[in-house]
Amino acid sequence: MAKKLDKVDVLTVGAGWTGGIVAAEAAKEGLKVVSLERGKKRGTEDYQHVHDELKYAIRYELMQDISKETLTFRNEPDQRALPMRQQGSFLLGDNVGGAGTHWNGWVYRFLPYDFEIETQTKEKYGEDRLQEDDGYRFRDWGITYDELEPYFTQFEETAGVGGTVNHFEGERSKDYPNGPMVQTKMMKMFEDATNDMGYHPHFLPSANMSEAYENPDGEKLNPCQYCAFCERFACEYDAKATPEVTVLKTAQRHDNFELRTHCNVVEILTDDDDDSKVTGVKYVDTLTKEEFIQPADIVVLTSYVFNNYKLLAVSDIGEQYDPKTEKGSLGRNYCYQTFGGARGFFDEQFNVFMGAGALGMSMDDFNGDNFDHEDLDFLHGGSITITQLGSRPIVTNPVPKGTPSWGADFKEESVKQYTRSLSVAGQCASSPHKDNYLDLDSDYKDEFGVPLVRLTYNFTDMDRKRTKYLAERCGEILEKMGAKKVDVDDELGDYDIVPYQSTHNTGGTIMGDDRETSVVNNWLQHWDRDNLFVVGAGNFAHNSGYNPTGTVGALAYRCAEGVIKYSKDKKRLEK
Amino acid sequence: MSEEKQFSRRDFLKTTGVATGGIIGGSLLGGLIGFNLDGDSNNKSKDSGDNEGNGGQDEHGGHGGGGSFDVPDRGRIFFENDSDFATIEAAMERIFPETDVGPGAKELGAAYFLDGQLAGAYGFNSKEYMQGPFYEGLPTQGYQSNLNRGEYFRLGIKKLQDEAQDRFEESFSNIDEDKQDEILQDFQDDKVDFGVPKSTATSGYFFTMLRSATLEGAYCDPIYHGNRNMEGWKMKQFPGHQHSYLDVIDADEFKEIDPLPNFS
Repeated sequence: MAKKLDKVDVLTVGAGWTGGIVAAEAAKEGLKVVSLERGKKRGTEDYQHVHDELKYAIRYELMQDISKETLTFRNEPDQRALPMRQQGSFLLGDNVGGAGTHWNGWVYRFLPYDFEIETQTKEKYGEDRLQEDDGYRFRDWGITYDELEPYFTQFEETAGVGGTVNHFEGERSKDYPNGPMVQTKMMKMFEDATNDMGYHPHFLPSANMSEAYENPDGEKLNPCQYCAFCERFACEYDAKATPEVTVLKTAQRHDNFELRTHCNVVEILTDDDDDSKVTGVKYVDTLTKEEFIQPADIVVLTSYVFNNYKLLAVSDIGEQYDPKTEKGSLGRNYCYQTFGGARGFFDEQFNVFMGAGALGMSMDDFNGDNFDHEDLDFLHGGSITITQLGSRPIVTNPVPKGTPSWGADFKEESVKQYTRSLSVAGQCASSPHKDNYLDLDSDYKDEFGVPLVRLTYNFTDMDRKRTKYLAERCGEILEKMGAKKVDVDDELGDYDIVPYQSTHNTGGTIMGDDRETSVVNNWLQHWDRDNLFVVGAGNFAHNSGYNPTGTVGALAYRCAEGVIKYSKDKKRLEK
Repeated sequence: MSEEKQFSRRDFLKTTGVATGGIIGGSLLGGLIGFNLDGDSNNKSKDSGDNEGNGGQDEHGGHGGGGSFDVPDRGRIFFENDSDFATIEAAMERIFPETDVGPGAKELGAAYFLDGQLAGAYGFNSKEYMQGPFYEGLPTQGYQSNLNRGEYFRLGIKKLQDEAQDRFEESFSNIDEDKQDEILQDFQDDKVDFGVPKSTATSGYFFTMLRSATLEGAYCDPIYHGNRNMEGWKMKQFPGHQHSYLDVIDADEFKEIDPLPNFS
């Protein structure tokens, strides 16, 4: 029998970036807020020996324990889905801070085009270019860049983002709150080459601090040491903006906020007599296995893409999407990303072992609709970047194409090329397709007996063409940079859940202005349940050629404002 | 460009101490103060080239009291059979052999590294989803075996030994290198029948795990008993666990820096 607790004003399911933002903003308003985190408490004191590639990067110390919960996967709707038994393609986060602890700190703003892709494509190229007949389902997001702009600014200030002007981005009301990071030799080579080619390079917008920074909430961050252990690691210097050193710290300054760890939410609770509301959640204390009911006036789902979807699905809130009838909104428009790039081999050596998670140069000349698609058979594009994240020796064994993957030749080449090769990568957008979606698996369960999420996903033809196009551009840049040999990696087969690709999963709980096709409205408020909000990259109707966290952060601030508005007059929010 | 440098390391230490409530202790401070491009602060690093172990280990390497003792780098906890160990050690050496540029897997201790890994969470797939039902999947669906890695490696080693006996009537560790390579190549190409359903085990997947474990053993932090004396890092010019590159991050020339382990 679950123990019932006292009601709170606002409850967040998860304590990462989105949960932390909503909690901090609601706590400032004096609302009684509880954040339920299924993982453990962790913070800077736990990261003093984090420079360990095997433990953190290979054995996934900071990530979700998938013996307890994973998802199942198949490429096509008519195949048998099987469990993702080992972490691979994407890295599910866990514990306080979530994926925001081990992120690299790239903070882009999606393009105005992203939010109105359906409308703009129709206007510029005609309706046929949306390729609806081929199953593509591009949708406007029900929000514009201009509406989101103040929230982008707010997130950049919270996270202390530094960068330089991106020629192609939407109009910004404020400059970056911090300066750009250091420019290294490889970045300068990229900048010179792309300038010569007529492109518009800029510093990768970074939440690794270029200088000491104090954010508007008074949280202090230290300058980045370029120690090269960001990606898959946590920061021992408080130099990377994470939820635990910014928004969660801010929330914790308020007595009306409680961060409760080891609480795994298994169900959103509803009231039989009132189908316009939810009443709270049921959770299991993972230390004691006791069950609790936590009533709340407002419930905000702030966990990762898959779990936000899952909690709605297992709680039977909203209508599940069916790819055959295309009825239902929950689970549709799942998207991912592809990386089309090239590797160049040089005679000289580079300091590839130094770096930071967001140290690099980027350009948007082939992202969004920033280039002419008239004679191309795909929409959108991707950002092109060179990065110096800090190459680590176990996973970084670059060899020219044709080199064996083991033995003496492999060893000689991989040792030699470790410091002599550079990559330029296109991070490509993902086209939503009617056959790519999330639902529940009836054969496999998590440790609490709750069904696993079933992912049905494959790359689309547009994804393959876009990736090849971007990879070729990357190869041209490396040649201009003076590489002696360039290997272009341009063929994309079927999506494979084994090798790591990107943790930029999106969709499944998309936002929109049509309740038949979207799960939440312009305020991230659930269409069917007035006091339920769902926020995260699951809100994206498609994925752009950028890292998602900047846009996720902006949506979380938008959601926080919605939660506060709703808490005052308890009415559905209108745009 | 480098306004960051106006913020000195001294300021950093001061600020960090304040910002984190002074929780950053001796290890980090020691590391920062010891940050030295000439690398002469690193003479204390573990010399594990013999059975001497980590003599003179300081308090950071302590095992929670109970007096000091040396953990031998060449002790085993998973592999109980010398022939099995000699087989895996020989196979790893072929994947990452000794060459002019430096030591191979054997000298780096990769097999001892694997021994420790198989005895722990890695070998038991403790953080992986092992609930049934088990089916043979598409290649894009990844690992679907009901075996854990410890079991998989035992099976794979037996198959390496069987192949050597069948083909050359000799143990795997005693046949010529080109014969070892021939067998390993057939493993990689999935040509060796493991005699079990493909969902249980294949030679190709065993080879994939063996290759990964070899590279991990060659380049891991020395605390895991691979990368002996950090020779893997030295060969690759990877400086290991440095606390900061702030002073040199914008240097145009290549920096040769002696490596530091995570715990020293």
